[in-house]
Amino acid sequence: MEKRVVFKSAWLPYVLLLPQITITVLFFFWPAAQAVYYSFQVQDAFGLTSKFVWFENYIYLFKDSHYLSSFRVTAFFSVMVATSGIVISLVLATMADSVVRGALAYKTFLIWPYAVAPAIAGVLWAFIFAPSIGIVTYFLKKLGVDWNWIINSEQAMLLVVVASVWKQISYNFLFFLAGLQSIPKSLLEAAAIDGAGPFRRFWTIVFPLLSPTTFFLLVMNIIYSFFDTFGVIDATTEGGPGDATKILVYKVYYDGVKAADLGGSSAQSVILMAIVVTLTVIQFRYIERRVQY
Amino acid sequence: MNRKFLLVAALATAFSVSGAQAQTEIQWWHSMGGALGDKVNELANKFNASQTAYKVVPSYKGSYPESMTAAIAAYRAGNAPHIVQVFEVGTATMMAGKGAVVPVYKLMKDADEPFDPKAYIGPVSGYYSDSQGNMLSFPFNSSTVVFYINKDAYKKAGLDTEKAPKTWKEFLAAAEKLKAAGQQCVYTSGWPSWMHIENFSAWHNVPIGTKENGMAGIDTAFQVNSPLHVRHVAMLGDMAKKGLLTYAGRRNQAEAKFASGECAMLTSSTGAQANIRRTAKFDWSVNMIPYHDDVKGAPQNSIIGGASLWVMGGKTNNAYKGIAKFFAFLSKPEIQMEWHIGTGYVPITKAAYDLTRKSGFYDKNPGADIAIKQLMNKPPTANSKGLRFGNFVQGREVIEEEMEAVIMGKKDAKSAMDEAVKRGNDILRKFEAANKG
Repeated sequence: MEKRVVFKSAWLPYVLLLPQITITVLFFFWPAAQAVYYSFQVQDAFGLTSKFVWFENYIYLFKDSHYLSSFRVTAFFSVMVATSGIVISLVLATMADSVVRGALAYKTFLIWPYAVAPAIAGVLWAFIFAPSIGIVTYFLKKLGVDWNWIINSEQAMLLVVVASVWKQISYNFLFFLAGLQSIPKSLLEAAAIDGAGPFRRFWTIVFPLLSPTTFFLLVMNIIYSFFDTFGVIDATTEGGPGDATKILVYKVYYDGVKAADLGGSSAQSVILMAIVVTLTVIQFRYIERRVQY
Repeated sequence: MNRKFLLVAALATAFSVSGAQAQTEIQWWHSMGGALGDKVNELANKFNASQTAYKVVPSYKGSYPESMTAAIAAYRAGNAPHIVQVFEVGTATMMAGKGAVVPVYKLMKDADEPFDPKAYIGPVSGYYSDSQGNMLSFPFNSSTVVFYINKDAYKKAGLDTEKAPKTWKEFLAAAEKLKAAGQQCVYTSGWPSWMHIENFSAWHNVPIGTKENGMAGIDTAFQVNSPLHVRHVAMLGDMAKKGLLTYAGRRNQAEAKFASGECAMLTSSTGAQANIRRTAKFDWSVNMIPYHDDVKGAPQNSIIGGASLWVMGGKTNNAYKGIAKFFAFLSKPEIQMEWHIGTGYVPITKAAYDLTRKSGFYDKNPGADIAIKQLMNKPPTANSKGLRFGNFVQGREVIEEEMEAVIMGKKDAKSAMDEAVKRGNDILRKFEAANKG
């Protein structure tokens, strides 16, 4: 039978919910509503004059071929970040889980990067890979690689993907490790007795049992690559060269904050909001059903 | 006599002490970091010590776009600073904010402070004046783009170190020789659009956009896809392909490549000199930027970069009086000279230039006056007095994206520049729609 706790008072539950609701309304719904409102307007930088223009900002965006190419860049970028981030951290978590001695030290070091702010991560990687003075650049030059992501779009993409993944590995690692530790040892031992090798055990037992975690991380990583990576990009490529690394959220920031084009920037963020809502709904409604819990 | 003077001075001090509470604070937001920031504080301190009614409080608000955005956001929230330093590409945006800003000519007139726009050199006053010749913001730090060569690298390549290339033809010949002599990075440039489109256009007396580069109206359109522009951008693409041009980014990243000796030639801001002087372990010289010698009338004059001070609206009359006094103080030739020598920015008034020349500074620092000579090379024309495009932060970015496509070899110069004009004009139309009122 279902266990239920019922409040006797009619208003107490609402009072208890109030702080959370206030925060959500104040910091999520209100700004979101503002963005929708601004997206229908054309305004000068100081907000002295504003004109209601219906969908003009949106029409302008979809006529801009560079905005459309930004979708392609974002899709490529988030797939790269999400998949490589998940694969690498799964490997690391599996290995850290089987380490016997010094496990705590390994784990601590692997979780460390998560404490680094995205912008700082960006600056770190930008330094290491700086075209003139970077330490890695120096070695790459010795190997005959002409490393200059300032003008090479593939290298620029590689750099922002690496920096973003590095930043996110810890997060993924933590969840995978927890997932691995919750897998009953008896299952693995039974399989081992039946003669299944480590590889086979991983694919037939561990991986399916981890699928809820993997699915959750997939959603989180895609959201991460859509929104949180802007600090990394701003600190390294700033969307360049050309528009090779200009993902949607970076363009929102650039147009709104740096170029003071509030209408256009708001329209973009509304579109971005719609994309993420759709992606999340699809992921939870359709993909989640196939995940084994 | 002397005693009487002392008495007056003592009384004045006594009054000023009692008046200290009534001091009006003037907030000044700027983008001068590091050593430049120290210089800004020095100026404010000097002004504060020179009188007692006002206190200028400078605060560093980050990079140019950051402090401009901060000031605009503060205005929207109702607590803007009194003075904000805005970079040259933000000029059109600030100008369009009628009511949000107080034009400097009006401020000075209302406060009865002396102010003569003609005291400024042409390319400076032109940049910040409206079409009637009224100065809207107060010129503060101005720079322009110059051409640096590494003399040691020149010597190694068997080139004449005293004869820097004057034309792009000579430039290419020198570049080939440097390359042949084993120079890894031959040429690099800071601020690609500012150098190779904006200053390039002024230097060859061709328009960047219609309506006098946007100065005569916001219904302007870009014209950077002219045959001359296309030819020049194509030349850059070609140089990149041959390994004669190493692209270093949209801001001043190229300057470090030159200062470290990695690149033999550089076009970038005059502001790079202080750093190069400090770090370069080789002989170098400052020269005028090259031109295409088959273009009639070239070279014309280069245009400025840098920033000016804007006065925000909605403050008390008393504060405006103080701001006017502060600007009058900043206009003094000796203050201007101090700023010019201390920072490497160009002297922006004729008086400051003369004063610096007489002080013998240019004799001791050859090349320090190349920038101003280049700015004053000829009286500015409609094509070379400056530019004013709405949302040019975005516009310049579009131009740079398209230039990068050419340098990467992904687009040919013609279609890239056509695209830059098309995308740039979309931005201009949007700005026009937002600011028509």
